[in-house]
Amino acid sequence: MAHEVPDGLYYTEEHEWLRVEGDEGVVGITAYAQDQLGDVVFVELPEVGAQYRAGEAFGVVESVKTVSDVYMPVSARVVAVNGALADRPELVNQDPYGEGWLVRIQILNRDELAGLLDAAAYRQRTS
Amino acid sequence: MTGETTQGESLRRTPLYEEHKALGARMVPFAGWEMPLQYTGIVEEHRAVRQAAGLFDVSHMGEIEVSGPGARQALQRLVTNDVERLVPGRALYTVMCTPEGGVVDDLLVYQLDDQRYMLVVNAANTARDLEWVREHAGGPQVTVVDRSLETALLALQGPRAQAILSLVTDDVDLEALRPFHFVGGWEGMISRTGYTGEDGFELFVSWDGAPAIWRGILAAGEPEGLVPAGLGARDTLRLEACLPLYGQELDLETTPLEAGLDFVVKWDKGPFLGRDALLRQRQQGLRKKLVGLRLLEPGVARTGYRVLDERGEPVGRVTSGTVAPTLQASIALAYVPPAVAAVGQRLAVEIRGRAVAAQVVETPFYRRRRGG
Repeated sequence: MAHEVPDGLYYTEEHEWLRVEGDEGVVGITAYAQDQLGDVVFVELPEVGAQYRAGEAFGVVESVKTVSDVYMPVSARVVAVNGALADRPELVNQDPYGEGWLVRIQILNRDELAGLLDAAAYRQRTS
Repeated sequence: MTGETTQGESLRRTPLYEEHKALGARMVPFAGWEMPLQYTGIVEEHRAVRQAAGLFDVSHMGEIEVSGPGARQALQRLVTNDVERLVPGRALYTVMCTPEGGVVDDLLVYQLDDQRYMLVVNAANTARDLEWVREHAGGPQVTVVDRSLETALLALQGPRAQAILSLVTDDVDLEALRPFHFVGGWEGMISRTGYTGEDGFELFVSWDGAPAIWRGILAAGEPEGLVPAGLGARDTLRLEACLPLYGQELDLETTPLEAGLDFVVKWDKGPFLGRDALLRQRQQGLRKKLVGLRLLEPGVARTGYRVLDERGEPVGRVTSGTVAPTLQASIALAYVPPAVAAVGQRLAVEIRGRAVAAQVVETPFYRRRRGG
């Protein structure tokens, strides 16, 4: 089954997406990832202000069956977390690129964007 | 995100493999078999079973035939429950133990006729069980035959199960079929048993006949809300109902008394494997006790996570845990020392290095309303 892979986002090999908005960005997991996990029942997110290097685990998404770390696509500082997921973790399944976003970040090293996949490359990875 | 990887080992397939693929099931390796984890989603399938009905393929489970003039006596020594309670057409839940009291497997014993019994055992244990049964119950008066690969097993579970099954069976009085009773034999058998906490039936059918029966029941039941349900929902359903799973709540290091299965241990029936050890344990006290936990803070208590006491000291381990779809709460089963096993006891579960508050609660977590 082909999953939605919106153009204009950056993607990681580990199935996170990053939408860049100026110096900031929004991070979530892809439609493919949420489908692989199944019903998401719990999301553990970091504290606002926490800082991560590219590739570092910043949170955990738990489905009925499995526990998965989520990784920061680029070095970043967390400026906001999606509080709605505390009560409605299923938003990650229902709207992974919209209401199911995980964190908003301040991008600390834009050069790292070059190391990420574009939509076409990610589509190829998951087809 | 880190993905799960599955090994390309050689896995057995049930006769319903093609049906599962056609329904879009996600297939996973389980106990040496390639089985459907889910079709549309675990939570949706779970809710369908609680509210209407679900159809499960459990053909991977093992069926062992024990027959002959010595069969009854041999089984009486092999298992902890009282086989004398059986008559043809009745089934019995039990465990079989090692001489030390550890659980070899939990199983159902069906009496087919005067000298013929069927043991339904866990898929993961079938080979070991077969060896165990041959060693401890086989002999000149008893024949032990593995019939696992000729017997398919479907489980139709949920409040609408009887109504749905009545649409495809016209010569069976389902209303009169009480829990743990069955009709038929190897050629086709309907048993009022299950593993979900709901009313339901298990259908033993021939390997080759299974696909047509599977399709027939699904088609007949669809207007009643029947859905195919996978092993994922089976696990969340049985956990809400506190039905133990071998390998998690039960193993060779655990006795039925510790697992809260006292009701399958019949002290007065005469000698059986493990009796002396279990009797000793009953007199001396249990080392550990299975309890139900409810998390008081957000999180999911997974198998193997440590249970901490009020001072933060590790005292036990989670055997199964999930966010219960029916209860909308995070629940778990865990082994802890009897001293901290009372309902209401405050404990914690260590989740990724953090102590998440939990409380011992009454079990089962979910009990169906009867007669409703």
